[in-house]
Amino acid sequence: MSTPAIEIEGLTKDYPVGFWRPRLRRSLDHLTLRVEDGEIFGFLGPNGAGKTTTLKVLMSIIYPTSGTARVRGKSIDDVRMHREIGYLPEQPYFYDYLTARELLEYYARLFGFRAADRRERVTRFLERVGLADAGDLQLRKFSKGMLQRVGMAQAILHDPQVIFLDEPMSGLDPVGRREVRDIIHHLKREGRTVFFSTHILSDAEMLCDRVAVLVGGKLQGVGAPAEIVSMQVHAMEILFETQVGGALPNSLAKSATQIGGRYRVEVPEQQLYSALEELRSCGARILSVTPLRPTLEDYFFKLIARNKAVPQPEQAVSR
Amino acid sequence: MSAIPGIVAINTFREAVRDRVLYNLIVFALMMIGASILVGEISIGIDRLVIINLGLSAISIFGLVMAIFIGVGLVYKEMEKRTLYSVLAKPVRRWEFLVGKFGGLLLTLAVNTGFMTLGLAAALFYVSREFLRTDATILVAIYFILLELALVTAFALFFSCFSSPMLSTLFTLGIYVAGFFSADIRGIGTVTRSPAMQMTARVISYLLPNFRNFNIISAASHGDAIPFSLIWQNTAYAALYVALVLIAASSIFSGRNLK
Repeated sequence: MSTPAIEIEGLTKDYPVGFWRPRLRRSLDHLTLRVEDGEIFGFLGPNGAGKTTTLKVLMSIIYPTSGTARVRGKSIDDVRMHREIGYLPEQPYFYDYLTARELLEYYARLFGFRAADRRERVTRFLERVGLADAGDLQLRKFSKGMLQRVGMAQAILHDPQVIFLDEPMSGLDPVGRREVRDIIHHLKREGRTVFFSTHILSDAEMLCDRVAVLVGGKLQGVGAPAEIVSMQVHAMEILFETQVGGALPNSLAKSATQIGGRYRVEVPEQQLYSALEELRSCGARILSVTPLRPTLEDYFFKLIARNKAVPQPEQAVSR
Repeated sequence: MSAIPGIVAINTFREAVRDRVLYNLIVFALMMIGASILVGEISIGIDRLVIINLGLSAISIFGLVMAIFIGVGLVYKEMEKRTLYSVLAKPVRRWEFLVGKFGGLLLTLAVNTGFMTLGLAAALFYVSREFLRTDATILVAIYFILLELALVTAFALFFSCFSSPMLSTLFTLGIYVAGFFSADIRGIGTVTRSPAMQMTARVISYLLPNFRNFNIISAASHGDAIPFSLIWQNTAYAALYVALVLIAASSIFSGRNLK
């Protein structure tokens, strides 16, 4: 069995909260996860779910209360692990008075690249993130979107095998988001592993081989987006139009919504034929019948709703 | 030997020299040195003494202001603005980052002190049209000021590893003032009858850095020779003290959960 790109076991992080009577608030609760080599892995969850905490622990920005994690077989405590990873922090911010080129040069130096290699890399990656013309501009003059691109460039500058991106699309316009998606696809084609956190579900559905959903610090599910939401049809959508002055059947009148000159109604799968019969008997013209499957978004909201019913971690843990 | 602290130091220096606040301080210090010419002109016969005295004091005070105010914000700013995140994701150990930051600020202070020294030399030359052999002592005094600044910077970094810039400033100033009067603290112990008090005063005075050792401004302005033994003793003392403070700072910083 090959070494997984990322292996997280029982990762837990408690934060002390309060000044006079500090209590522990559990931000991450026994997270166990395995990401295979070459995967694009989406880490989903609402704000405060523990996504950024997980990434900070993996980057050794904060230390776990318990649990372990390995990247390409190397412990996260091992500084050599950092040679093989790239990291884009959430809403990245860099040194105001440096130019984008100087910043990337600085980071390239930290990896020990020689001068000629450094210059070539910096130019290549500035071009790759669409900042070839802004390389000599000080970073304090950069927009949020431009900073995000610089952040992306510094994360992949050293050709890492595993790239961690914390909300890479946040703050970007549609063009910027598309460019980031293209970069992630490109990295996948190069055989790299991309682990990215997001709360933009459409991005995850579009990009990821697999996703994990985290709510309240706890892992709620892992799998391919299609597996997670399942292929089961939960309702049928009927689009129809009535005759001029024609009435709707009583059973559908309440649930039908008018869109222009047409009506739309959702009915359970087992009631489809009876609904169609009623529409036919009142002279309605059926335009389309579409099976409705749950989206990743539906799954996501269902998990959040379920999580609200269980005690919150900060109540459950005390010092 | 890791090259990382050197890389971080050069980056810190580059960032610092582009900050306009720094230039305001240098200009202000040069103005102070310039003003000493005016004071020197009304001090008949002792104009050189006044200029050297005021000039070295200005270099020391402005260096101290820079060391404390930039020093306490150096790591804190990186944590607040989260610029540290992308650095720590690289193969950089926290102690390497901290030592690099220290080196960068020290380099900045050395360059600024160099500019101010040139200002002082220009002021001296303006009033006497010559440099004397004894003026070499001024360079020793400036070297001692730099040693003092290295120690202050190390303390500023140390405190900023676990407290806010405001508190770090107060703590560093406190250490500086207490360290300047460490010999007097020992003296307080000797006038009390309590052996416990005497012991406490002695321990505190030995623990505190003795900043007065670095102050030879008066000797420099009088052209007194400085024994070589004092130069190496002060160098060794500052190096050892800085190393200890940086080790303590690194161990706190390495174990800390960043925001």
